[in-house]
Amino acid sequence: MQNDPLIIAGREFQSRLWVGTGKYKDFAETKKAIEASGADVVTVAVRRVNITDRSKENLLDYLDPKKYIILPNTAGCYNVEDALRYARLARAAGVSDLIKLEVLGDERTLFPDTAGLIEAARILVKEGFIVLPYTNDDPIVAQKLVDVGCPAVMPLAAPIGSGLGIRNPYNLKIIMEMIKVPIIVDAGVGTASDAAFAMELGADAVLMNTAIAGAKDPIAMAEAMKYGVYAGRLAYKAGRIPRKLYATASSPIEGML
Amino acid sequence: MAATIQIQVNGEARDCRADATVGDLLRELAIKTERVAVELNLEILDRKDFDGRSLHAGDRLEILSFIGGGAPTDAQVRERGFVHAE
Repeated sequence: MQNDPLIIAGREFQSRLWVGTGKYKDFAETKKAIEASGADVVTVAVRRVNITDRSKENLLDYLDPKKYIILPNTAGCYNVEDALRYARLARAAGVSDLIKLEVLGDERTLFPDTAGLIEAARILVKEGFIVLPYTNDDPIVAQKLVDVGCPAVMPLAAPIGSGLGIRNPYNLKIIMEMIKVPIIVDAGVGTASDAAFAMELGADAVLMNTAIAGAKDPIAMAEAMKYGVYAGRLAYKAGRIPRKLYATASSPIEGML
Repeated sequence: MAATIQIQVNGEARDCRADATVGDLLRELAIKTERVAVELNLEILDRKDFDGRSLHAGDRLEILSFIGGGAPTDAQVRERGFVHAE
């Protein structure tokens, strides 16, 4: 499976594992973990520049823009107005129209406010953004996001940072069957088998941050995730056998004594 | 010495020269203009306009850039800390 690119809005992505850049010990660890993951898309947040201490290093000094596609997000936005403001600031600061759109509904669960999400997505698509929305595992909402012009949809596997894994594989499977744009499972995976499971269900990619950054050894976990996603993708394309309740012998009966 | 005015930069009061532009202030703060976004009184400025926009007393300026952040929110999750499975 040498050449298996993911194509969204005419852009080609080589890696099906996308990673966040938050919560690492330092930038050196961030860089090593991203390299170990093999990801070519990295998400970043937009925040105030520290103007009192200019000696602080910038994350983007560690990430070669020729090597990585920088995907800004609207993390921390709890209403449509804030999400629009951060998306526009991200575009002004960056070099592309890509935005990972988050409109959060609740601080405890960090679940998306899907009504606000659809509204914000509609406005940003009209402004020329390539909107990749972080959404719930709700097939109807996913379809509405496609209807307003999102070229991919990013349903959660479980709450952000929870590590619970794929909580609702049946809904995700319905989304993958119903929705005709790429599906990127975003948030909630805990370990490599979760990432493999998402890909086996038919996800086009997996996005994660905490599962890698919060592991005891983030760099080793980044590598594990790379293989998890790769194995899951291969298995999906290979086509698994159906589940059966009883045994089917693998060895022939003929020739037995 | 030129007259000074007071403006707000990233939420904090700051004095600057009365004839300063946004570009002047960014240079004074040693902020490279690539990969920053500047919002002047809620209006997002085009990078090429930084040197053409003069500052006025009471202006509210926001200077933003990219930081580490992930498959979603940062602070709330960080505050809770990580629990490693044994």
